[in-house]
Amino acid sequence: MLETFDTGVIARSLRYLFLDGMAFTIQLTVMAMIGGLILGTILALMRLSSNAFVAAIATCYVNVVRAVPLVLVIFWFYFLVPYIGAWLTGSGKPVQVGAFSSSLTTFVMFEAAYYCEIMRAGILSVSPGQTSAGRALGMRDGQVMASIVLPQAVRNMLPVLLTQTIVLFQDVSLVYVLSITDFVGAAAKVAQRDNRPVEMYVFVAATYFLLSFGMSRIVGRLQRRMQVVR
Amino acid sequence: MNYQWNWGIFGEQSPDGSGTYLQAVIDGLGWTLATALTAWVVALVFGFAVGTLSTVADRRWSKVANAYIELFRNIPLLVQMFLFYFVFPEMLPAAVGAWLKSYEYSSFLTAVVSLGCYTSARVAVQVGAGIRSLPRGQFMAGLASGMKPWQVYRFILLPQALRIVILPLTGEFVGVMKNSAVALTIGLMELTARTRAMTELSFQTFEAFTVATALYVAMNLTVIFVMRHVNERLTAQAGRR
Repeated sequence: MLETFDTGVIARSLRYLFLDGMAFTIQLTVMAMIGGLILGTILALMRLSSNAFVAAIATCYVNVVRAVPLVLVIFWFYFLVPYIGAWLTGSGKPVQVGAFSSSLTTFVMFEAAYYCEIMRAGILSVSPGQTSAGRALGMRDGQVMASIVLPQAVRNMLPVLLTQTIVLFQDVSLVYVLSITDFVGAAAKVAQRDNRPVEMYVFVAATYFLLSFGMSRIVGRLQRRMQVVR
Repeated sequence: MNYQWNWGIFGEQSPDGSGTYLQAVIDGLGWTLATALTAWVVALVFGFAVGTLSTVADRRWSKVANAYIELFRNIPLLVQMFLFYFVFPEMLPAAVGAWLKSYEYSSFLTAVVSLGCYTSARVAVQVGAGIRSLPRGQFMAGLASGMKPWQVYRFILLPQALRIVILPLTGEFVGVMKNSAVALTIGLMELTARTRAMTELSFQTFEAFTVATALYVAMNLTVIFVMRHVNERLTAQAGRR
């Protein structure tokens, strides 16, 4: 097998793999992370709300999303997003959405449930005295949350949030099921066209390993540095 | 919103000849359970072995264990399945590879092995952390009582670590159930694949996905219930001694 390993097919398709495939993967990862963090923080605040109804909605959403496979969620949103679009715009027909916006919606909604649990743990890790002190200074609840609790929560949770983002980076590969050209999708297309699955998938695995391993080493270093500072 | 709900669809015959849609979904559920449970056994065996190895004093062995963990944790499950499905048969002797490719249940076998290895790396991390969380004196006391290192692991460290990790392992058990859906990419007709096929054949998208979601939620609740029960049994045993 090794004597027939053709590195030429990898070299020829590098531009396509990275400029089309990896660019999509990274773009989707970064945008889903930003959207997921914002929605996840809102969900975490809802779960911690003193209003039992608001807390129950968020808890229910988070638990259901965390119980189903990402692949199923991808299919759900692929079919659901056009209907939501029709409902939002008030049109009678399902709205056509592109592959990118459909998968972005999916990952934001899906990752938000995971970010929510991390943020909730982070908010709970900030001692209640901080909130009381903020109130004693005359701050409103929103101000206490935004300028005292959340900054400390994010700081405590930063390594876990980044680790979850590395998981997200790997999870994005599942958009393959919608025949989207992400990094894996691009490699699969070349593998099929040139009948070179061995070369392409070994290369994809090696690339993912180097990127994920490198990022988790950086997160580990960050974690140690933050421990020293505290 | 002019979607036509039709829950009676599950009683209708599927045009692909696999009986009614309900039978097709139940068939898929069976494959999901078979894949996930077999992979979970693989993950527990490998996970406990590698996790234990990662804590031994000999640096060479712990390095091997850590390399295993990093390898399986840093490659997406989808890519690992492709490696096992497309690349691995090519590395075997030609006859074995050809047999594996034409084997009727090759996607099931591949799914079990790759999902098992992927999950085992996660289990190993938990087991390793569980063993390391025990006081060092436990190991020393074992040696001082004249036990060999493997006996200390077998009779002192592992039984205690098991009780520590059993609840955290619930998350991995739930994960193996969910991740088995990735096997649809290598052609395993498990629950998500069956549901997807049903949406394409019947166009009753939302009924199919609602049922699948409910089944996954039910599976997860069962896992959480079972793991809690196992945990109670284990801690009750510890209390009696």
